[in-house]
Amino acid sequence: MTELTPALRLEGIVKTFPGVRALDGVSFTVLPGEVHALMGENGAGKSTLMKVLGGIYQPDEGKIFIAERETVMISPLEAKAKGVMFIHQELSLAQELSVAENIYLGELPRKSFGRVDWKTLFDRTDAILDKLKVGFNARTRVGDLSIANQQMVEIARALTVDAKAVIFDEPTASLTDAEKVVLFDVIADLKAQGVGIIYISHRMEEIFRMTDRISVLRDGSYRGTLETAKTNEDEITQMMIGRSLDLTRNFEHVQTGDVALRVEDLSCGHLFQNATFEVRQGEVLGFYGLVGAGRTEIAETLFGLRKPTSGRIFLKGKEVRISSPIEAISNGISLVPEDRKAQGLVLGMNCRDNITLPQVSDLRAGPFVAEGAEVAIYDQYRDRLAIKAPSWRAIAGNLSGGNQQKIVIGKWLSMQPEVLIVDEPTRGIDVGSKSEIHNLLRELAKQGYAVIVISSEMPEVLHVSDRIVAMYHGEITREFTAEEVTEDSLIQAISGISGDAA
Amino acid sequence: MNNDTLKNLLKNGAIWGFIVLELVFFEVAGSWWSLSDNAFMDLDNMLLLLKQSAPIGIIAIGMTVIMINGNIDLSVGAIFALSAIVMLDSMSWPFMEAMGDGAIPLAWLFALLTGCLLGFVNGMVVWKTGVDAFIVTLGAMLGYRGLVFMYNGENPTFHLNWTMVDIAEANVLGFETPALVFLAVVLVVWLLMTRSIHGRNAYAIGDNREAAVNAGIRVGPHFLINFVLIGFLSALSAVAFYSGSGSVNPNDGMLFELWAITAVVLGGTKLTGGRGSIIGTFGGVIAIQLLRKGLGHIGANSETVNLVIGSILIIVLLLDRQLNRKGAEELKV
Repeated sequence: MTELTPALRLEGIVKTFPGVRALDGVSFTVLPGEVHALMGENGAGKSTLMKVLGGIYQPDEGKIFIAERETVMISPLEAKAKGVMFIHQELSLAQELSVAENIYLGELPRKSFGRVDWKTLFDRTDAILDKLKVGFNARTRVGDLSIANQQMVEIARALTVDAKAVIFDEPTASLTDAEKVVLFDVIADLKAQGVGIIYISHRMEEIFRMTDRISVLRDGSYRGTLETAKTNEDEITQMMIGRSLDLTRNFEHVQTGDVALRVEDLSCGHLFQNATFEVRQGEVLGFYGLVGAGRTEIAETLFGLRKPTSGRIFLKGKEVRISSPIEAISNGISLVPEDRKAQGLVLGMNCRDNITLPQVSDLRAGPFVAEGAEVAIYDQYRDRLAIKAPSWRAIAGNLSGGNQQKIVIGKWLSMQPEVLIVDEPTRGIDVGSKSEIHNLLRELAKQGYAVIVISSEMPEVLHVSDRIVAMYHGEITREFTAEEVTEDSLIQAISGISGDAA
Repeated sequence: MNNDTLKNLLKNGAIWGFIVLELVFFEVAGSWWSLSDNAFMDLDNMLLLLKQSAPIGIIAIGMTVIMINGNIDLSVGAIFALSAIVMLDSMSWPFMEAMGDGAIPLAWLFALLTGCLLGFVNGMVVWKTGVDAFIVTLGAMLGYRGLVFMYNGENPTFHLNWTMVDIAEANVLGFETPALVFLAVVLVVWLLMTRSIHGRNAYAIGDNREAAVNAGIRVGPHFLINFVLIGFLSALSAVAFYSGSGSVNPNDGMLFELWAITAVVLGGTKLTGGRGSIIGTFGGVIAIQLLRKGLGHIGANSETVNLVIGSILIIVLLLDRQLNRKGAEELKV
C-alpha cells in the first residue's frame, strides 16, 4: 500500500483562533482506494480540519497535498475543482428545485443562448441515481424527499465529478438500515475506483465494518493512526479521550421515597402508546431506546408541549392535567431539553438571567426585577452545581457545553421541582464535564428528587439509572432494575426482539 | 478581557462615535468652506434638532421594543396619521366645542386610545393567528391608511386651537414640548426594557422563543403589550407634533415606519430579535437627524440627503456584520 501515491496528505496543519489552538500540527495520509476513519470527541477538531480541507478556513501553518501536489484551498469551489468532495451531515439542498438541478447546481449543462439542456441534465442524473438504486428520479422535487433520500442526493452530487477524495461526515445519522446498506455499497464502489475516502463517524460498528485505517484527533492534535483490523474499541476510546471514562454500572441502593410521578396508559397519536411507568423520589429512572422510539415525545408530553390522546398522569397520587409548560412547571415537572441551544438556553442572555428565567415574574421589587435576589439565586446554583463562568454577567452562549447544561439544570432546580426530566444530559459535552453531570444527577436523586434521564448512550443509562425503561417503536417493551439489566437484554428490548426468543 | 471591553465599547458605542464624527465634520466643513454663517454645534441648533427628531424618534423607541421582541410593525405611519386625524377632528365635535379648552386633554386621550386600539388589533392578530408580524402589519399599514382616506378623502383635517399650540410650544429650559416628550419616552421605555420583568421576557422571547416557552413564559401577552405600546407611542408622537401644527394631510406619516426601522438598526438592534437597546436607538435617531441638518448646513441638496443616509446605513451594517462574524467564528471553536 505504501507505494501508492496518496490521494490526500495533510502535513502539520495548524489553525488557531483567538485563545484556542483548534488544530495543532495535524498530519495524516489517505491512500487511494482506502476508507480512512477520522475519529475524535466533539470539539477535538474534526470539523475545523474538514473546514480547512474544504477551503472554508485557511490553515495558519501546514500543507495540503492532493495526489502529492501541494494545494492551497482558498474556497469551497476550489476544493471541488481539485476533486475533494464533501457529504455533509447537515444538508445543503435547495428544497424547491428538482433532484437533477440540485446535483448539477452551478454547472447545469447548457444549450445555445444560455438555455438549460434539460434532457442531458435529466439523463445524466438518472444514470447516477440508477447506480444508487434510489426510489426517486431526476425530476423529483427535493422538498418532497425524506431526509434520508435527501442525503442520497448529496451523495449523488459527489459522484458527478472525478473525485480524488470524498469526505463523509456522519453519513448514516439519518439513514435506515436498508439505506445504510446502499450507502455502504456506494462507498465500496468509490473505493474500488481508487478514490480516497475519509469517513467521520461516532458509530464503532460502522467504523469496524467499513474502514481500513483509523486516525484519531484529541484536543486539536493528531494522536495516531491505527489499522482497523488490528485494533479494538477500547484502544480507540483510550486514544480519543486520553483516559477511560468512568461508566461503571450503578449498583448503589438509594433510599427511595414515595411515588412522585405515575403515568398510566399515556398515548400520543402514533408517537407512543400506552406508556405506563412510575418514578419515586430519590431514584433515577432511565429511558433507553433508539432515536424515534418515543422517549423524547413522552418527556415533551409530560412537560405539556404535546397533547396526549389518552392516558392519565398522577403527581404524588393526585391526577393532573398538563396542557402547557406553565402548568407542568406549576405542578413541579421540569424538563432539561434535548437540544440545549435551541430549546434550553437564551444564548444571548447572561447566566443569571438564564437561571432566573422561569421565575423572574415572581422576583419583583416594585415595578422592577429584583436583581439582587437574582444574583443571590445565581450564586447559590453556581456553588451547588460548580458552574464555571467568569461572573453572572457572562453571556450563556460563550460558555462550554458542560457549563451551559449546568445553567439549564440550575434553572430548573431553582424552581424546586418534584420531577426533573433530563433529555440527553451529556450531548455535545466533553468527557470531563460528562462525569460531573453524571455525578450531579446521582446526587440530585440522593437529595430526594425524582429524576428521569433519557439517553441514547447505553453506558450512560447503565451508569446513572436505578431502573431502566426500554422503548421500541413507541412502546415500552421492558422495565429493568439496575441489578438485573444486561447490555444484551437491553439491546434486545430496544430492537423489538422479545427477551425469551434470544 | 481588556480586548473584550474595547470591542464591546466599539460595538455599543459606535453610534456615538459616529455622532461625534458628524458634529466635527459639519462644524469644520461649514466654516471651512464658509458655506454657513452660523456655527453648527450651536446650542439652539441642537435643541431644535432634538425637537425635530421627536416625531420619528418616539416611534423608533417603540419599534426598538417590537424588534427586540422579534417582531416588526410597518403600520406605525398610518397609526400616526389616523391618531392625528382623530385628535384634530374630535376638537370640532359639538360636545367638544362646547367644552372650550377643556376638550384638549380629551382630544389627546381619544388620539392615544386610537393608537392603543390599532396596536391592540395588530397584537391580537399576531398572537391569535400566528401569522408573521411583517405580513400582519403590512396589511394593517394599507388598511389603516385606507381608514385615513375614508375619514376625510384627500382633504387635510385641521383644527387650530391656540391654547393647544401654546402647550405644544411651551419651553422648559430651552426644551420644547415634543423634545421633552421624546426624552421622557426614552427614559421610561429604557427603564421598561432594562429593569422590568416584561422587558426581560421580551428579550428572552426575541432571542430564543422556544426556550422562553419552555421556561413557562407566555409569549402572546408580551407580543400584545408591545404592539399596544408602539400603537400608543405612534399616537403620542402624533399628539406631540400636531398639537402645534393643527393640520394633518392624509399622506402624513408615510415612510415613517422605514425611518424608524433605519434609526433602530443604526442603533445596533438586531433584525432577528433578542438584542438591541433603547439608548442605541436614541443615538440612531439623533445621528439621522444630524445628517439631515448637517447636509443642509453645508448647502447640500435636500435630494442628496436620502442617498447619503441610505449609503451610510449599508456601510454601518456591513461593518457590524464584519465585527459580529468574526465573533461568531471564534465562538464556534
